[in-house]
Amino acid sequence: MTTLFTDDHEWLRIEGDVATIGVTDYAQSQLGDVVFVELPKVGRSLKKAEAAAVVESVKAASDVYAPITGEVVEINDALVAEPALVNSDAGGKAWFFKMKIADKSQLEGLMDEAAYAKHTA
Amino acid sequence: MLARDDQPSLQRTPLHALHLALGGKMVPFAGYDMPVQYAAGVLREHLHTRASAGLFDVSHMGQIALRPKSGKAEDAALALERLVPQDIVAIAPGRQRYAQFTNEAGGILDDLMVANFGSHLFVVVNAACKAEDEAHLRANLSDACVIESLPDRALIALQGPKAESALAKLCADAPAMRFMDSAPRKVSGIDCFVSRSGYTGEDGFEISVPAEHAAALTNALLTDPDVLPIGLGARDSLRLEAGLCLYGHDIDTTTTPVEGALEWSIQKSRRAGGARAGGFAGADSILSQFEQGAARRRVGLTPQGRAPVREGAALFADATSSDPIGRVTSGGFGPTLNAPVAMGYLPTSHARAGSSVFAEVRGQRLAVQVAAMPFVPNNYKR
Repeated sequence: MTTLFTDDHEWLRIEGDVATIGVTDYAQSQLGDVVFVELPKVGRSLKKAEAAAVVESVKAASDVYAPITGEVVEINDALVAEPALVNSDAGGKAWFFKMKIADKSQLEGLMDEAAYAKHTA
Repeated sequence: MLARDDQPSLQRTPLHALHLALGGKMVPFAGYDMPVQYAAGVLREHLHTRASAGLFDVSHMGQIALRPKSGKAEDAALALERLVPQDIVAIAPGRQRYAQFTNEAGGILDDLMVANFGSHLFVVVNAACKAEDEAHLRANLSDACVIESLPDRALIALQGPKAESALAKLCADAPAMRFMDSAPRKVSGIDCFVSRSGYTGEDGFEISVPAEHAAALTNALLTDPDVLPIGLGARDSLRLEAGLCLYGHDIDTTTTPVEGALEWSIQKSRRAGGARAGGFAGADSILSQFEQGAARRRVGLTPQGRAPVREGAALFADATSSDPIGRVTSGGFGPTLNAPVAMGYLPTSHARAGSSVFAEVRGQRLAVQVAAMPFVPNNYKR
């Protein structure tokens, strides 16, 4: 299992041909208290960089982008019911959705944990 | 997803160093580098203010003294009545009143507080408008008043149910004040102007203090365990739940006080048939709207789902119509209500509380109900 990161402060956990996607702890610290999350529908085909989900704090709404191209195969209903999970467990329980990876070569441009730590330092 | 522009030309309030020391997250606001939140975060800061007491730096706002050249405060009041539709003459010494500067079309140039300090008037205006407001006053009132801008004063708001007990420790006179009382008072031995008012819907005080004493006074208030520093983020969510207008968003030069649902702030003496009816900028259109009603009105909006409906969202009469009938002017999440809240403009035909409309958010039509404001009951000490 590999975890990769994007410039937009999202993480991808790769298991076989499925990627689980969430936002990083750094992102949640910048967003502040999350009060609403909107997720894509299961079965939706997403293109890389397309707005896929929305995360809203008291102050503002932010898009979560599809970090890669693929189909949404599962979404985290528990996160919709309890948006504050983003603040308490961004890297774990607050996963957003899972995608079937269409093109594994798109993973090559993403950062590993050490590179992402430098990116946010 | 996240960006911050550094703007080196931003101004600083006398409490800037204290904000940094308290861990404030600084953002540009109305030309100032201001704390949008502290470590507690917007949600907790909001809830703390409603439950206990919050301290806000609002020193970016403009403070101006209007001193009558005749020596009679009533002459300054009569002069100011040329620019606002409120009865200023009737403000008793030691009291203040909410007002709006209007333009010739009846639009709102800014909203403000006006206090009668006995010998002169003291006004507080919005940060983003203060240069224009001062020029407006100089251009129109210089025959009757000396307009003295007071940039060397900070302004601190202390808001919430424990504001009274917190301020009482430093100002024994504070508990006896009523909502909208405003007068010079000693706080910790410092010569301040204290008013019992604010922008949260809660009981509380606004304290104008000489800049050189601002940090000491703020630190003294913050030693009270009931008092937490609160940023602009919670200030906005608190005022939205209280149904209070944010100038430049909910009211501006394109909205009149009648459209803005601010009729309550215009006394009978300035309306048709009153002792000093009219005589202010835009009186023709504003007084005719009093008679005939306005075509649109500012209303409270409660989205029926969980999704916040934010400023700029178009409002529709139904789920499918293509032409918007109105627009959201402020919207977000109300932490006290634990639900989204908004305000905006709708045609009078749709402005009644309980009416159903739709807001467009990310291409979807969301059901929204017109609601009475305030969303959270006021807690003023009258």
